[in-house]
Amino acid sequence: MYRVMINGTRHEVDAEADTPLLWVLRDFLSLTGTKFGCGMGLCGACTVSLNGRPVRACSLPLGDVGDAQVQTIESLAASGELNPVQQAWLELDVAQCGYCQSGQIMAATLLLEQNPAPDDAAIDAAMAGNLCRCGTYQRIREAVKLAASHRTAGGDHG
Amino acid sequence: MADTTNIGSLSRRAFLKSSGAAALLVGFALPGGSGSRAARAEAPLQVNAFLRIDTDGTVTILANHSEFGNGAYTIIPMLVAEELEVPWESIRLEAAPTRPEYYSPVFGEYLTAGSITVFSLWEPLRTAGAQAKAMLMDAAAAEWDVPPEQVTAQVGVVRAGDRQAGYGELVAVAQARNIPLRESVTLKTPADFTVLGRDRRRFEGRSKVTGEARFGIDIKLPGMLYASILRSPAYGGRPQSFEDSETLKVPGVVKAKAISNGVAVLATNYWSARKGRDALTVTWDEGPNTGLSSEGFFEEYRVLADKPGMLAEDIGDSLSVLAAVQKPLEAVYELPYLAHVTLEPMNATARVETDRCEIWSGTQYQSNDQERVAALLGLPQQAVTIHRPLMGGSFGRRSSKTADFTIEAVEVARGESVPVQVIWSREEDVRSGFYRPLFVHKLRGTVDDDGMPLAWHQTVVGQSIMQHTKHDPAYMVDGMDIYSLDGCLQEPFGVFSYGTSYAIPNHRVETHNPPKVGVAPQEWRSVGHSHTGVAYECFLDELAYAGGRDSFDVRQHLARGNARMSAVLAMLREKSDWDAPLPEGWGRGVAARVYSVTPIAQVAEVSTDDGNYRVERVVCVVDCGFAVNPLNIEAQLQGGIAMGLSAVAGEEIVLERGRILQSNYHDYPVLRLNQMPRIEVHIIDSQEVPTGVGEQALAPTAPAVLNALFAATGRRIRRLPIRHHGLQLS
Repeated sequence: MYRVMINGTRHEVDAEADTPLLWVLRDFLSLTGTKFGCGMGLCGACTVSLNGRPVRACSLPLGDVGDAQVQTIESLAASGELNPVQQAWLELDVAQCGYCQSGQIMAATLLLEQNPAPDDAAIDAAMAGNLCRCGTYQRIREAVKLAASHRTAGGDHG
Repeated sequence: MADTTNIGSLSRRAFLKSSGAAALLVGFALPGGSGSRAARAEAPLQVNAFLRIDTDGTVTILANHSEFGNGAYTIIPMLVAEELEVPWESIRLEAAPTRPEYYSPVFGEYLTAGSITVFSLWEPLRTAGAQAKAMLMDAAAAEWDVPPEQVTAQVGVVRAGDRQAGYGELVAVAQARNIPLRESVTLKTPADFTVLGRDRRRFEGRSKVTGEARFGIDIKLPGMLYASILRSPAYGGRPQSFEDSETLKVPGVVKAKAISNGVAVLATNYWSARKGRDALTVTWDEGPNTGLSSEGFFEEYRVLADKPGMLAEDIGDSLSVLAAVQKPLEAVYELPYLAHVTLEPMNATARVETDRCEIWSGTQYQSNDQERVAALLGLPQQAVTIHRPLMGGSFGRRSSKTADFTIEAVEVARGESVPVQVIWSREEDVRSGFYRPLFVHKLRGTVDDDGMPLAWHQTVVGQSIMQHTKHDPAYMVDGMDIYSLDGCLQEPFGVFSYGTSYAIPNHRVETHNPPKVGVAPQEWRSVGHSHTGVAYECFLDELAYAGGRDSFDVRQHLARGNARMSAVLAMLREKSDWDAPLPEGWGRGVAARVYSVTPIAQVAEVSTDDGNYRVERVVCVVDCGFAVNPLNIEAQLQGGIAMGLSAVAGEEIVLERGRILQSNYHDYPVLRLNQMPRIEVHIIDSQEVPTGVGEQALAPTAPAVLNALFAATGRRIRRLPIRHHGLQLS
């Protein structure tokens, strides 16, 4: 039995130590917003926040999570209000199939927390690990910038 | 959308009545029914098979096309809302059941494919909306005893003089008075549109930024088990026997069982199923493919390309013209297998009972899956229910003619008392799927005294997708697959009503359909154009250089008899700054294609630096008729260009002695954000019937990039992907 902190709530999980956090979230806690894409940390679809840093949940064993704070896509609009990245994504209609977008939005949210005004190179560096087979990259770039301006306009919200 | 998998909210009563529709989208009114007046007042108004209006004014559309990123779930309500005059917020979507009255009028099947969703729904859904509005207005006219011409309807409200009623209020009136459906309605002209032609964000967009969108892989059912399948290391192999003692020791594992193409391990969670699968020992019958390799196919196809094939087109006399030329230009283009690698790996969930089966599957092709599952289980087709979750990409992968991943889930779930969800790993997805077939194109050509193309002789060699499938009769012409040739022919061919838009005076195209052995060929976004576009547009570029002519001039000259393509090219020349100089080491390339009626052309601009190149900019002009949702058209074109660039730059599936060498995104690299060019999209202003854009954008991208690389470096790359030629996309 493991105790993990997911989205501010402590959960007890009866899973093996080597179970990747991804499957703990999806199959044990029914938090299906975090997606399975490759299982090798190559595509970014399973990106979650671990103490404020982006990690690939498919490659993080449950036994290594410890008492870290895990945040998933489900936490971003827990109050019902979208965060600035989600708002920008919606405003620019970024998603196509939408499958990778939880990971994209997590990566962008964490980027803006570290770097509130990223330039093109910083966006490329932070987001290149998140694959989108639909090819929504142009709007992702625009949406990260729009979200940055929303954040600035809205104080430290988000 | 609340939940597209839930068709249960369509009441059984309404469902049975809707099933009485004589033909697709021929509207019919609900009969008054025999219940009490009060009971009827609560009932929704089933306007026709596709539209239902509730007493609270909610409009429910039964969507018979699937959403996999294509934008169908936004286009469908737009088409209805335009004529029904209803607020966007009052619209709900529901997945139409897999029944003949909901089949695509174009395909005669329940299938979303071919980039024709907008085209095929353009008239029927607007008509349905107009009929519904007319019924409500007629109800108001009768109730208020006013002449119908004094009645108007806007934003969900019907008015006459100083009287008004919401659509929901008129539902009971229409039913009580048995208001008939008007067979004939007048549709708006584009000048009066208030919904169509304007940017509309995705109907299901919010769910896709909150993580609430439910894909097939997100389905959770009470008691459901997860399954992982160990598949033969050789493509097409089958299990002979297996040993599962180690598997059964893995906590969470319930059992292992053989199915036709592998051994499935069932567990209470997916990770346990994976671990259990990895602990299996299986003896394989490796099947018929262990002697087959990509290189062998290339060699065989190169030999075939030199031999006369089936004649698809022979305009003028290419053979004589080329025979009279001392040294015609000649080239061979070679294109590898490609994988779809949708971000959501294949998966399906099935619950099999003695007299029925329920399936949750991200398929483009519900009627086929239903038919195949029914045949497997010996059930009537309507005893198989196909629920429709969202799909995490498709690109043609989910239009499987064998219903492979759906059938497999049924095989695994058969005999189990609980539903089972089969999830493919990425490695299974890369190694055990269906592929864009490998093709070799041989081309010969020459130019006239002005340097313009005079004669063309192309031989297309590759496995047919359609041959020996249920689509054989529709897409094979005298043994030739029209998809293999799509984009090579100047004249219409089979059911394809369009040609290249070019007029080369002597034009001969032959084809060989080598036996369908090895990996299974499948539609891959843009289908034939994914290879014919490269061969045709690159060789045309070679001819332009051979004739000393500007590549753009040559295309404009050849397309001069085609008004739509000429307009596209004229706009592209201007918007792309084709005639402006570029820095040293940069180059521009152009390509122009017609796919499924839509003319589309692009200019790619590349910069090079030693072994690296960057696609700086792609300018795209399309004429897709009336632009129903420009915001989605732009998205589809951006996405198509990204996928076209991804393939030409780096994608390749290699078969070696029956095994696929690639396994995941590290050795099957797809385009990343840092490699994305700046894309500029221009849509020709048109009032014509809308045609598709979902696949079209890919067709010109690969050749435009290759032609730009030639302009920048002087190197012609004729075997893909580009990365094998010491050039990496940065």
